Amino acid sequence: MILTIETLAFSLVTGIFVGISAGYLGSLMVLEKMALVGDALSHVALPGLALGLLLHLDYPFLGAFAFLFAAAVIIWHVGRVTKLSFESIVGAVFTLALAIGILIMDKAELLEALFGDITRVTLLHTIIAVVISVAAVFLTRIIYKKLVLGMISEELAISKGINIAGTNLLYLLLVSLIVSIGIEIVGTLLVGFLVIVPAAAAKNLSSNLLTYSVFSAVFGAISSFSGVLTSSYLSVQPGPMVVISGIIIFAATVIAKWRAK
Amino acid sequence: MENSNDYALRVSNLGVKLQNQTILDKVSFELKKGTALAVVGPNGAGKTVLFKALLNLLPHEGRIEWQPKVKIGYVPQNISVSDIPISVREFLSFRNGLDIEAHLSPVKLDDKDVLNKSLGVLSGGQLRRVLIAWALVDHPNILLFDEPTTGVDLDSEEPIYRMLNELKMKEKITILLITHDIHIIREYSDCLLALNRCVTFFGESKEIMNPSVQKIIFGETVCAGTQP
Repeated sequence: MILTIETLAFSLVTGIFVGISAGYLGSLMVLEKMALVGDALSHVALPGLALGLLLHLDYPFLGAFAFLFAAAVIIWHVGRVTKLSFESIVGAVFTLALAIGILIMDKAELLEALFGDITRVTLLHTIIAVVISVAAVFLTRIIYKKLVLGMISEELAISKGINIAGTNLLYLLLVSLIVSIGIEIVGTLLVGFLVIVPAAAAKNLSSNLLTYSVFSAVFGAISSFSGVLTSSYLSVQPGPMVVISGIIIFAATVIAKWRAK
Repeated sequence: MENSNDYALRVSNLGVKLQNQTILDKVSFELKKGTALAVVGPNGAGKTVLFKALLNLLPHEGRIEWQPKVKIGYVPQNISVSDIPISVREFLSFRNGLDIEAHLSPVKLDDKDVLNKSLGVLSGGQLRRVLIAWALVDHPNILLFDEPTTGVDLDSEEPIYRMLNELKMKEKITILLITHDIHIIREYSDCLLALNRCVTFFGESKEIMNPSVQKIIFGETVCAGTQP
């Protein structure tokens, strides 16, 4: 499919909003030392995406979200019952999902699903991405302090009346939403990048939460925007270009931190 | 004559089991308002579990009766801040509408620069003071303090206890603290509760200087029928 100016504009807007929300939500994942959870969770979307394509859904990412949502609830519940770390449970769930996704998906579609495809982004997709991103950032902002207090001390948070389990579930569901809309631009294999690397770069420059969360969102937006733009210019898939843009930012923050010492 | 309103806390037959192991068994004691109770005992005696049960963070049996309109401030032994970029101001502002600077003065953290520092770079003493400030946010009438001087150098320990003592006098706060230090028990607490799964001693803190009491507290006394 040929990339029109209109489609490129939709992709850029989608990319910016997905980058902002993934960066902002990812800042909590990195603090919680759950960075790899965000990455692995994204692969869970693959069989859902395959199912969406098999059923010829207009918006196959609904299938991805359904699988991510179910996986998030399963991971949260198994974690509460077994007290196993999120990493262990996600590790089991995502490898199974990846295996199923690869088995049932057509090769060409698999490539698009893994690395993203901006030629199919429509106005409707863009509107959905913008609305979901804004809502996810808004809701995360409400629970941000509660989640951080829970990371500092779970007992301190519970003694202040915070429902840790409920807050964690809401957060996982919001991450699932963002990952499912990010897949279109970056692909399932690389969308986890948007959750991890902008926040990791922001952490290199921050000594307080405000700058950390703002930098995470800004770096996410810049990575997506420049990745989509360069991929359209070079006629390559967007996922790898988003990753390269983000890694350049990350490397710059490592150097800045190193020089500041 | 003693009045039930004089008491901040009454605990009777408190029991906690975790993973089918008895951690606390038939723990009973009472604490008057405005006093300081030191909780002592060897590692694994159930001191922190007692605090968590008192805070209703753990399932338990028995009876815990707090004074009416109780407000509890809690300072845990361990918190994870080294990896979180959060300033003192942000941490304290988690409580909406808080006059942050006013809350740092009772804990003697008058250096305003501290507010902009990251929690992870504070000294052990400064961090403990910030945590006390946090615990005091809701104007509690009870303060639970799990090992107040964990991670604090020796020179900074005494000022923290002096500060707690001042708070107790000024604000009429009832304090429960876990400690291992005989000097602190004698100087800064009124009552002593020795635990080793059950209560091995409960009485006035000055009794800590009695060798026979020390033997009970720091010996290997374990209550009958409570070994794992």
